Amino acid sequence: MKPFRYERADSVASACASATEPTAKFIAGGTNLLDLMKLQIETPTHLVDIGPLPLAEIEETADGGLRIGARVTNSVLAADMRVRRRYPVLSQAILAGASTQLRNKATTGGNLLQRTRCSYFYDTTKPCNKRMPGSGCAALEGLNRMNAVIGVSRDCIAAHGSDMAVAMAALDARIETVAADGATRTIPIDALYRPPGNTPHIETVLAPGELIESVLLPPPPPGRQLYRKVRDRASYAFALVSVAVIVAREDDHVRAARVAFGGISYKPWRSAEAEAALVGAPVTQASFDAAGRAALQDARGYGSNDFKIPLARRTLRAVLADATGVI
Amino acid sequence: MERILPFLSVLSRRRFLGTAGAVTLAMASRPAAAEAEPVSMHGENVTLTVNGRRHALDLDPRVTLLDALREHLGLTGTKKGCDQGQCGACTVIVNGQRINSCLTLAVMHAGDEITTIEGLEEDGNLHPMQAAFVRHDGLQCGYCTPGQICSAVALLAEHNAGWPSYATADFATAPVLTDAEIAERMSGNICRCSAYANIVSAIREVAEGGRT
Repeated sequence: MKPFRYERADSVASACASATEPTAKFIAGGTNLLDLMKLQIETPTHLVDIGPLPLAEIEETADGGLRIGARVTNSVLAADMRVRRRYPVLSQAILAGASTQLRNKATTGGNLLQRTRCSYFYDTTKPCNKRMPGSGCAALEGLNRMNAVIGVSRDCIAAHGSDMAVAMAALDARIETVAADGATRTIPIDALYRPPGNTPHIETVLAPGELIESVLLPPPPPGRQLYRKVRDRASYAFALVSVAVIVAREDDHVRAARVAFGGISYKPWRSAEAEAALVGAPVTQASFDAAGRAALQDARGYGSNDFKIPLARRTLRAVLADATGVI
Repeated sequence: MERILPFLSVLSRRRFLGTAGAVTLAMASRPAAAEAEPVSMHGENVTLTVNGRRHALDLDPRVTLLDALREHLGLTGTKKGCDQGQCGACTVIVNGQRINSCLTLAVMHAGDEITTIEGLEEDGNLHPMQAAFVRHDGLQCGYCTPGQICSAVALLAEHNAGWPSYATADFATAPVLTDAEIAERMSGNICRCSAYANIVSAIREVAEGGRT
């Protein structure tokens, strides 16, 4: 681990002001950042510990939603009875990720900003445009079984590792931030992440010193919520593919649908194409297949991860069938 | 309050040898590329409360909680396995919740109540979970055992608080602690001897209120 200056924040304003230098980092749970610092993949010169700040509450909003403080741990969020009753897809997704030990430390803001687990990002002997801009992408023609199939570029095919963010994408979550100058803004979760393009080392739209304060969940949309994660072992493994759906049926037709995938892109991948294919369609396996084809129409594999495209389609079909009771 | 002086530590010789070895290796493999501007560092004063005792330490901020426990406080019950949050051997209980002590900095734990395997016994008697692991042969080599036991103790508290897991069928109600629930909730602790079946039965016995 490279040396760094350590600072405990005593207010949101001072934390943001301290973290404006590009080599500064906020630290909350630290489960991803410290792992990367040990490997010298992350080399911050200044750590601003936001542990002393508030931001650890879950509050009801006036419109019937929830405001989740950035420091709320994954465990506390998943166990919150309001989340379990009204946003079960979020509890399911969080509990599908990591282990209890990690969820007890990992925070809401940190989970959103976690970095990819692409094996070449972690392997400092290999090129990686995300870790070392301009060095190339070893995953492109390498062992890319865990990598993305949609929305990425030839400079980087890394997948985002969060389960929580997939459910939040389906729930239309919005991210509330505050900048060093005190300015606040609200960013739809889908707009938080920047496509890799030819700058895969720039992952979000956040500016240096801009702190996630909270995540807003609008009131839950109508319909059954489900999260399914497909992975190499039954617990404590990253997703090959995961799917969050919120689907409402009316008689034999789909009235409303939300679809988001994990494990297939640089961000939680909300699929407007799948949703458009579903709304008004009869509640049948054929409709679910059509939604899967629409969702993955622009996907392409890179060899070892070709299987993710049919796997994502079939997982979506299975989850929609579960959620609507179609056999 | 107890002040631990590094040079009096029983571990100092081993630590010195370990450091000397690391320096040799680092010199041998040092890359030719220019290093970034060095950051001037100073020690951070932090008081850690471990198993009810307070310890004032002056630490390099890079020291993880795991290394503080083992190398600075001599509490070697907590084990270093992977040092990257995957194996669970370093599991300790902080403010009632289990965490990987390898993935957190010691300086972030001023004011926290830290419990390690050494802090579970009461008046010389094994904690019921320790006794159950012995009775059920919930181990072979024993290296993962302190982490397994700290994890299991915290698991029961989480379950008593009504926390669900991925194995929970109905999130709207309090989950029943089935074997599938125990296995899912213990997935952050790896046992390479594969004593899992006996670990589950030990935990179930304690959850059900004692010896069966």
